[in-house]
Amino acid sequence: MVGIVGYGAYLPRYRIKAETIARQWGTDPEAITRGLQLYEKTVPGQDEDTITISVSAARYALRRAQIDPQEIGAVYIGSESHPYAVKPSGTILIDALGIGPNVHVASYEFACKAGSEAMYVAYSHVKAGEMKYALGIGADTSQGAPGDALEYSASAGGAAFIMGSERVVAEILFTHSYTSDTPDFWRREGESYPRHGGRFTGDPAYFKHIMGAATALLEKSKMSPEDFKYAVFHMPNGKFPNEVGKRLGFKKEQLEAGWIVPWMGNTYSGSSPTGLAAILDVAKPGDLIFMVSFGSGAGSDGFIYRVTDEITKVQDRAPKLREMLDNQKTYLNYGEYAKFRRKIKLND
Amino acid sequence: MRDVVVIGAGMTQFGELWNKSIKDIFVEAALKAIEDAGVDHIDSMYVGAMSPGLFVGQEHLGAVMADYLGVTPIPATHVESACASGGASFRQAFLEVASGASEIVLAGGVEKMTDGADVTEALATAADQEYEVYQGITFPGLYALIARAHMERYGTTREQLAAVAVKNHRNGAKNPNAQFRSEVTAEQVMKSTMVADPLRLLDCSPVSDGGAAVIVASMDVAKKLKKNPIRVIASAQSSDTIALHSRKDITTLNSVVKAAEKAYKIADKKPADIHLVEVHDCFTIAEIVTTEDLGFFEKGKGGEAAEKGWTSIECKRIPVNTSGGLKSKGHPVGATGVAQIIELYEQLNGTAGSRQVQGARVGMAQNMGGTGASCVIHILEAS
Amino acid sequence: MITARYHREIPQRYRLEAGKCLACGHLSFPPRLVCPECKAKKFETVTLSDEGTLVTFTVVRVASDKFSKETPFPVGIVELNGGVRVTAQIADANIDELKIGQKLRIVFRRIQDDGKAGILCYGYKAIMA
Repeated sequence: MVGIVGYGAYLPRYRIKAETIARQWGTDPEAITRGLQLYEKTVPGQDEDTITISVSAARYALRRAQIDPQEIGAVYIGSESHPYAVKPSGTILIDALGIGPNVHVASYEFACKAGSEAMYVAYSHVKAGEMKYALGIGADTSQGAPGDALEYSASAGGAAFIMGSERVVAEILFTHSYTSDTPDFWRREGESYPRHGGRFTGDPAYFKHIMGAATALLEKSKMSPEDFKYAVFHMPNGKFPNEVGKRLGFKKEQLEAGWIVPWMGNTYSGSSPTGLAAILDVAKPGDLIFMVSFGSGAGSDGFIYRVTDEITKVQDRAPKLREMLDNQKTYLNYGEYAKFRRKIKLND
Repeated sequence: MRDVVVIGAGMTQFGELWNKSIKDIFVEAALKAIEDAGVDHIDSMYVGAMSPGLFVGQEHLGAVMADYLGVTPIPATHVESACASGGASFRQAFLEVASGASEIVLAGGVEKMTDGADVTEALATAADQEYEVYQGITFPGLYALIARAHMERYGTTREQLAAVAVKNHRNGAKNPNAQFRSEVTAEQVMKSTMVADPLRLLDCSPVSDGGAAVIVASMDVAKKLKKNPIRVIASAQSSDTIALHSRKDITTLNSVVKAAEKAYKIADKKPADIHLVEVHDCFTIAEIVTTEDLGFFEKGKGGEAAEKGWTSIECKRIPVNTSGGLKSKGHPVGATGVAQIIELYEQLNGTAGSRQVQGARVGMAQNMGGTGASCVIHILEAS
Repeated sequence: MITARYHREIPQRYRLEAGKCLACGHLSFPPRLVCPECKAKKFETVTLSDEGTLVTFTVVRVASDKFSKETPFPVGIVELNGGVRVTAQIADANIDELKIGQKLRIVFRRIQDDGKAGILCYGYKAIMA
């Protein structure tokens, strides 16, 4: 049995309300809150980045897995906000957590699905018998240009998953990936903010790839939506994941536990992984979980997990995602937000 | 060791000396001291300076100043012990004369802080770079850590801190060389800009340019010159951990306690024998802590002493910082320790004008570096 | 460039590795070559607790240029369980809630950088437990 042996999520404590951003740009807040179902989002502290978020999430994953960090053979961090263009984020993480130096490390980038890709590769290493444990992380301090629709959603957070074959808490039963050249959203080298194709990001991109991966996964597994207790999809806003779930035949109750986007925002590479962490926080032995990520460019990774008896032992060993989401909040005004996100032109 | 005396002193105005370079400042102070002493030569010299490399990009200060003072080829050495550089410079001159190696030595100190360097960063090099400064702490911040702990433990109040600044400004207003010659009220201190809670702007010594120099000589030289010599009856120095957090008790400065013990022993004096003291009041809390650690007040009572006026010139207890202290006179870091000696020299010679402590015959100077990782104490006595 | 200098402090800044004197058990952080208590010279490496209490604190409102965009930020002396004290920023804090004796936990944060194009420097900060 190969799957998740420990998981952890981390969200910064700072928040900004969609309403605050809307007021700044003279936009009707209702269009965002009701239209996109986005109420507030996480904002990283001035001293937080993809690496510190990954370290916090991975520390919680280690606390749940209770393994020797030295036995982790690979660390992959998926993000589109790696602090360095050249120098893997994982190099810093392993030294912070006492992993390595005998370890594979790389930074992954595939828009919002870099995290699920990191999880897939970590899982594959263990399944191939190459190593005992591998760590896959999705984390971001997401970029969205000031005044752009993305500004309402681009948030910060991440989740870490240790894959292994002993004391598995969620077995990975099936996986599938679906990819094509679809220029729906991109950021060129050296640019501060991504660009996107507006409504082109919907049907030809998000829906097509998630549906593609999900359909193949259901065929492969010979399962149907009603077999699952929970489902989680990439969450660029509140609306899309519910809509894609509906199109696939999932019910609202199956999506609710992982649907954290209205109060968290889109943590990009951390989006569906943090959703999965929120589900694992409440899952019971035997539950089946359906997960499909989406990364612009574009592609989707699908996973089917079966929760084991081990889950109840680990859930309380580290903070739960909903606790971090609902408590410990510090709200920022737009000026503070602009300062925190380094959007103010300084004389340096 | 033989008797060592101070026979001359000179200092520049302390303040923002926009038109004077570090060389101009030092040479001006040195020439005044040489003239005051009436000597026709010096055997060697010491230049106390904390961080000329960071402040003005100049090291090798001994040679620089010997050159510009026109005294090459005499030995000239830069002495550094952070904010205690001036005191350490004076101690080196003292030791050189006491040992018999030289007869007439110039002990100077200088700092040029207003030439555009990041002063906060430069001063912070006196703390542990890797384990204090790395975290963004500043010097006002470090003394604020001491202040809060002292307030918590001994009930020292915000008003008591302010009383130190009020008294030192009152003294400084009478000192023609002081940077700030204006009095302040306790209310002004307590309403000034917060720098590092609980310390406010008027709790802090300023950024200053300035130089100070004294001529240290043997008693034989003093007799030949028919000078009224001021004897150096104790010179003591101590060290402590560089990081404040490494100390078991952060409300006391152990280097001050240890240097004071030594100094009192060497001079065969006790706190009650001291007629005035110049302490290193880089921040108001520092005066409270040092007056306790020097034995003038019971531990924890330094704040009360300041508030009750027991440290004023008029008070018969122990006049503290008659010069205005670092707070009001200014704190060109490397010059400070030497300027303290100059205040004692003037007071013990009876030439301190409106600041004069009547009948002062024994004075102490306490100069420290960093958060007290180094401390130099001297006791001088009129002969 | 602070690259080499930063690199050699990583075990302490990232993992709180200290030196435990084999003779008297005194903990030195960072590790030293001579025990400040008993002057012995042999040590073993131990990792300090990531929990502690606030001994004293301030709020830096005027910082060096490097930290000037982050003011005001609290800095305190934290006594970690086991007795070692460190100076650390207190992150994410509501300044008005800080008090001596407060329970704290150590977290991994970005501390500073070596300019816009230089290395990023990480390390420990404390947060309210």
